[in-house]
Amino acid sequence: MSDAGYNYRVVRGFAFSALFWLVIGLVVGLWIAFEMFNPALNLTPWLSFGRLRVVHTNGMGLGFALAAIFATSYYMLQRLTRKALPFPRLAQAHLYLFNTVIALGALSLFAGMNTTKEYAELEWPIDIGVVIFWVMFAINVFGTLIKRKEQQMYISLWYIISMTVAIAILYIVNNLEIPVNLFKSYSIYAGANDANVEWWYGHNVVGFIFTIPILAMFYYFLPKATGLPIYSHRLSIVSFWALNFAYLWTGAHHLMLTPLPEWIQTVAMGFSIFLIAPSWGSVVNGYYTLQGNWDQMRSNYLVKFFIAGITFYGLQTLQGPLQGLRTLNAFFHYTDWVVGHVHMGTMGWVTMVVAASFYYMIPHITNTEIYSIKLANIQFWLTLFGQVIWTTAMWIAGIQQGAMWKATNPDGSLMYNFLDTVASLYPYYQLRFAAGLVFFIGILIFVWNLVMTVRKQPRPVEA
Amino acid sequence: MGITSKPVVFAVLSAAVILIGTTATVFIPLFMPSTQPISASIKPYTAVEQEGRDIYMREGCNNCHTQTVRPLRTEVLRYGEYSKPEEFAYDRPFLWGSRRTGPDLNRVGGKYPDSWHYTHLMSPQGMFEKSNMPPYAWLAKNKLDTGYSYKKCSVLGYGYSKSDVEQQIGQYKATVTDGAYPSKGSRDKVTPPELRKELTEMDALIAYIQKLGRDVKNMEAKK
Repeated sequence: MSDAGYNYRVVRGFAFSALFWLVIGLVVGLWIAFEMFNPALNLTPWLSFGRLRVVHTNGMGLGFALAAIFATSYYMLQRLTRKALPFPRLAQAHLYLFNTVIALGALSLFAGMNTTKEYAELEWPIDIGVVIFWVMFAINVFGTLIKRKEQQMYISLWYIISMTVAIAILYIVNNLEIPVNLFKSYSIYAGANDANVEWWYGHNVVGFIFTIPILAMFYYFLPKATGLPIYSHRLSIVSFWALNFAYLWTGAHHLMLTPLPEWIQTVAMGFSIFLIAPSWGSVVNGYYTLQGNWDQMRSNYLVKFFIAGITFYGLQTLQGPLQGLRTLNAFFHYTDWVVGHVHMGTMGWVTMVVAASFYYMIPHITNTEIYSIKLANIQFWLTLFGQVIWTTAMWIAGIQQGAMWKATNPDGSLMYNFLDTVASLYPYYQLRFAAGLVFFIGILIFVWNLVMTVRKQPRPVEA
Repeated sequence: MGITSKPVVFAVLSAAVILIGTTATVFIPLFMPSTQPISASIKPYTAVEQEGRDIYMREGCNNCHTQTVRPLRTEVLRYGEYSKPEEFAYDRPFLWGSRRTGPDLNRVGGKYPDSWHYTHLMSPQGMFEKSNMPPYAWLAKNKLDTGYSYKKCSVLGYGYSKSDVEQQIGQYKATVTDGAYPSKGSRDKVTPPELRKELTEMDALIAYIQKLGRDVKNMEAKK
């Protein structure tokens, strides 16, 4: 089938937007990692940790991840339906609006316009921009699906549909706020209810941005890159619906032992454990797809990205439910353990799968070969090594601080004051910064490799 | 299978599946008394405290400080009585936080005098050499903007009239600028001379910090 007619311009635009926001987000990440053991870096109000941390999380989540999702979704949509985007100019406008909103969002966070609801910190005018660009995306998603030439929708399309629907509900409900002026608003919910709505959102926005669409990429690009069909279609159906059903019940495991009614916490705990099943459904499906073809781990440079990615996904989805258990949560919550957990997902699972997807997709849309497989391999090892050291350092730091908070003397008094527990973490923070630097170098190589790929002369078009 | 060839039906079904857990654990609890208990002892923030809370939010203090003490023995020992749902009736948004890079602040009100906070905010490292908290001396160089104070309080439904708000602001200003203010020395040290007769952002932030957990003591006393 000829590629003629597919809109790859917008795919490419989003892919390179993703790389841009990835680099920006990581620079901010490194800066705040350094501030954690050297507060002298809080040079100005807009460089202080409290403001920068949200620039980092929003830059990575809304900037990098969303752009990567939009890039791959537009690509997968067209390929899987055998239909070009029905509204290419809308898609192009989506690209421009997206980058404008993210840039304004970053500036507003630097300026301290911060609603403080995690991963929903943007103030209301920017929220409206976010909603508009999602609607623009949704119009092309459903337009393409309705006019599709392929009767059956492949698994990845299910994930794109459920992401679009879920994000709409989550984003709008959690961001309902009453404006005071253009730069300030207050949540319509108060206290425990606000907390419950926020963590329903906070947990699921991670689910429907860092899990669901990444699974869409995994289910599409793994078979494409290996030439192997997904092991079990039935397993993917069961996993899909079970994941979509169970995810929404679990937000309150972020609120264990808080003043939120206990039954909501307990229900969340139960469903969190249940979530292991559908999560591992995808893990098993990924591993078994390579059944009998594990030699591709050596011969096909992309396979190890996918396998490392799905492995971290598997570990992530075991660790998450376990730390959601009330007893373990009492120990781990509020420590760096959770920071380590999040970064295994983002630096391990998300980055690995996005990298492999881009390495496959960019040469395809530019009709060329990847610039350097060797550089891709170097990137793999640097990002893997950086991430493993990074997360392990944070897990140990978390265990240490959790234990120090709980330690008591024989007479029942506390053994450590709070500052002792902070100061004991600095060696881990230094190690984390170094590991982050290694990861960042890997990412720079990734970006360089893709920039050089699109700068190559395309292959002559076959007749 | 049928629905994988019907995108609109598929989307509707996805939404339905997503809304089951959402309705059960989020939408229904919104209207249950257990998520929004009230107590006559818990008073709304004054206009100045609310301005302080907004500065707390603007500076992202919630990224490092939690505001919820869990019912655990060592936690109660370290911070005080565990948090009750009534305390947060006026918190829009909630500021419970998710990471304790610094200590919990839900019981910090009244724990230290204002002078402690002026000195600490000016330079945390000056007070605790190994602290990694950013310095906030510049908050004392910003005059507090009270232009929206009344509007904020009315959006939040605190029930203050315009003159209530003006009176609260005037009263707090009189307190901290009074020559007999017990924390005058440390306030003057961080506040530039031209702002010593005005309310600064740091004054408001400290007013807010001192409010945290104070009302709940009255609530507990009545039990």
